[in-house]
Amino acid sequence: MTIADLSPESIINILNTAKKFITPDGKIQKTADLAGKTVTNVFFEPSTRTRTTFEIAAKKLSADILNFNAQISSTSKGESLLDTIRNLLAMYCDMFIIRHNDSGAAHFVAQHLPPEIPIINAGDGQHAHPTQALLDMFTIQQFKGDLSRLRVAIVGDILHSRVARSQIYALHSLGVPEIRVVAPKTLLPTEIKDMGVHIYHDLPTGLRDVDVIMLLRLQRERMQHALLPNENEYFQQYGLTQERLSLAKPDAIVMHPGPINRGVEISSSVADGAQSVILQQVSNGIAVRMAVLTLAMAGQL
Amino acid sequence: MKIAITNGLLINPSENAPRSSSIYIAAGKIIAHDHAPENFTPDITLDAQGNWICPGLIDLSAHPGEPGFTHKTTIAHEAHAAVQRGITTLCYPPNTSPVIDSAEIVEAIHQRAQKNQLARIVTLGALTKELASTQLSPMAALKQAGCVGVSNAKQPITDTRILYNALEYAATFDLTVFLFATDAFLTQGGCVHEGTISMRLGLAGIPHCAETIAVARALALQKATGARLHLCRLSCAESVELVQQAQRNGQSVTADVAIHQLFLTELDVEGFNTACHVQPPLRTFGDQQGLIAGIESGVITAICSDHEPHESAAKLQPFPSSIPGISGTDTLLSLTLSLTHKLKLTPNQLISLVTAKPAQILGLPQGTLDINSPADICIVDPEMRWTLTKENMLSRGKNSPFIGWPLQGEVHATVVAGTLRFLSNNTQSV
Repeated sequence: MTIADLSPESIINILNTAKKFITPDGKIQKTADLAGKTVTNVFFEPSTRTRTTFEIAAKKLSADILNFNAQISSTSKGESLLDTIRNLLAMYCDMFIIRHNDSGAAHFVAQHLPPEIPIINAGDGQHAHPTQALLDMFTIQQFKGDLSRLRVAIVGDILHSRVARSQIYALHSLGVPEIRVVAPKTLLPTEIKDMGVHIYHDLPTGLRDVDVIMLLRLQRERMQHALLPNENEYFQQYGLTQERLSLAKPDAIVMHPGPINRGVEISSSVADGAQSVILQQVSNGIAVRMAVLTLAMAGQL
Repeated sequence: MKIAITNGLLINPSENAPRSSSIYIAAGKIIAHDHAPENFTPDITLDAQGNWICPGLIDLSAHPGEPGFTHKTTIAHEAHAAVQRGITTLCYPPNTSPVIDSAEIVEAIHQRAQKNQLARIVTLGALTKELASTQLSPMAALKQAGCVGVSNAKQPITDTRILYNALEYAATFDLTVFLFATDAFLTQGGCVHEGTISMRLGLAGIPHCAETIAVARALALQKATGARLHLCRLSCAESVELVQQAQRNGQSVTADVAIHQLFLTELDVEGFNTACHVQPPLRTFGDQQGLIAGIESGVITAICSDHEPHESAAKLQPFPSSIPGISGTDTLLSLTLSLTHKLKLTPNQLISLVTAKPAQILGLPQGTLDINSPADICIVDPEMRWTLTKENMLSRGKNSPFIGWPLQGEVHATVVAGTLRFLSNNTQSV
């Protein structure tokens, strides 16, 4: 459901399990861990990476994958979320991966289905996106090794970001000593200090000497009200350019959950540059999601 | 019908302390205390067995379900539940469908309620036509048809000029305006208090200032128009301060609070508990303390259930999509009795919060046990322990966050307008 529900040991277990799926030459082998199982992607919001990588992960595990597309489903005829899931369950689906625009949706579904059916939260509203945070931790470990001395800055629309919330929990869990959030006040939750982070409104100051920069996209679809004047000013103040990047440590890595908006939160030269590990994040997503799927099916999550 | 209620502990809001006494009723009125009048032969004698004899409770806000929401509940069903829980007067807010914005609808509701002869009902007319906040409702006609006040239900009013005119117009006909004060823009899209819980759960929040701005605006408009203002369902400690200041300045303003705000906070939303999805949202512990202080100091004079019964599907949704509202009839009395642990008030003052004070606000003669007042009475065992379950809830709406809570207080009998309307199995009657 969430990173907050996972103990540090569970998180480490997932990351270690993920490592096992990657061959020495960096490829992913097909296994039969989920042969005969039907995994259903139930996505009520658009997705490229998450849905595709879950699909690839399931196929690598030899599961049968069903993609439920909410837009062309009977949801448009007024069928409730609960009824939709119950109907899918009646079709002998073994596991559900759910993305929904309501915070708490995965939790809600889990409460109303038999406990032996694994539910994976692929993102619920503004609340949580645990598998994204897990693959982000995997990526940081891959490039930085020991997390216990790192300075990490999360930059962007934290108010609307389920990724940011999950990332903050995961970073705390794994012992990262300094977590910074960098954003204008309008993009920060009022009580963000309760999450044990250092708050910066100025990007150059916030980036000084950090090891990892995690960028977030401006969540336009969740922005109901005028929180920013325009994207240009945002880029001027908070966009990651080569110049700003140079304020961080020389070997700092640049991460982004995707999709990226070039010229808004990140310049093209940084996105395509040597310090960007954005595409590695995508690849890592497969191994991490394979780990989550196998552990969930085995009842270990 | 002549009724004698003997051997009880009289909790009369107009007296300072409980006292052992009996009550004698004839022709719908309380005619004597202590001793039966001469030649008084009761048709029914109820032995209160040392239990409390209270005025029947008066609930300032209980949604009737009709017209328009009969899939949730009906007038008859809720009135039946109410009398069994010691509530003898229900005040309906105008957000039915159609809205209570014409005399015909008021009459239809009264006719519907008359059929069942259970709790008394009074109605609040809509402040604006269809509660759309663009046109004034026919307040004079609504008053003539029986409305005891006018209200915006929980619909925010954006146009300050409209609110100004509505208050002036209501004042013309001496109607109290029951205003739920919230800023439309700061409330919109929110489903919980903006704070720690909204941040952690990723739920859109409603900040304190959504209410305090609207309260401040309402108080300024009251001053400008001279209307009799009643602020409904305060949720912020700061709102209490604003109202206190206005009262000290001699402004005609009263306020109530929903009883669940005194027992729950935003933390009870933890786990996406849709039973705690309500408007105004449950706020912080500091706000709860402020509301309690407001009751003790007399700034807030009345407590209500804010009863909003819903069908189960309304709450079987992810939190943001669930419908706000708490089914409160079943717990109003019990939770009020539990307030002895939170409030430094005498039993009489406590009971007054749900009887005499709401009556005063609504301009009704009941809510007291004084001689010659209407015989609306309940016999209550204040110590009886019980636990609320879905199965023992009497309202058709089972949407209560208090399910599973240990509660106190059981009603043994309820009299409305001098007629026995409810008798439990535990009561001895002759």
